[in-house]
Amino acid sequence: MNLESWIMKLNIKYFGMLAELTQCSEETMVVEATTIDELLEQLFDKYPGLQEKDFQVAQDQQIVLKENNITASELALLPPFSGG
Amino acid sequence: MNEKKTKNVFKEGAISSEFIGESIAKHQSKTGIGAHNIFLGQVRADEVDGKKITAIEYTAYEEMANLKFHEIREATFDKFDITCMHIYHSLGRVKAGEICLFVFVSAPRRRIVFEALEYVVEEIKAKAPVFGKELFEDESHQWKVNT
Repeated sequence: MNLESWIMKLNIKYFGMLAELTQCSEETMVVEATTIDELLEQLFDKYPGLQEKDFQVAQDQQIVLKENNITASELALLPPFSGG
Repeated sequence: MNEKKTKNVFKEGAISSEFIGESIAKHQSKTGIGAHNIFLGQVRADEVDGKKITAIEYTAYEEMANLKFHEIREATFDKFDITCMHIYHSLGRVKAGEICLFVFVSAPRRRIVFEALEYVVEEIKAKAPVFGKELFEDESHQWKVNT
């Protein structure tokens, strides 16, 4: 397992109240991070207020834990679901 | 009888009663079916702090949601002996009183469709990344929370 951080280009999608907060539905960011947690730290710096929100992270269209490594180039921040 | 392909579940705007009626009619040729069960989600004009909700505007992480709907469909076929099932969910604006979710399950006999329909609707509420923005008469809004 490689524990070094990688510099990578990610496409990050925001939905619902999170898109309202970030004022964009998606963006491309160059980040230095290994885990999703590390990425979130950088997003919290960029978007104060995001930290207080309740959300899950999807990677490759599957919900993942925040401790997980980043393995995809597309990630999505999903607020609580309210379909139906 | 699994349906292998990921379908697009989303429809722009409200789901019309004509569409629902036609869906029922299409099953007349499937004479092995003895019971249909239908769930229709309708937008409720809740009142919050004296303001009435006039519509819900739906957005979704569409690719992931369609994948989830596909997984729910597969799981339902595995769990219940149903003949067929259909799911349609609205995107965009749906006014109070209009239909935003249509779930349709069919089986040879009644007991299975009662159980299967409840399972599907609960799974959709819990697993599909769909987001509702509740719009008030004065153009303000709040984000819907499923209870």
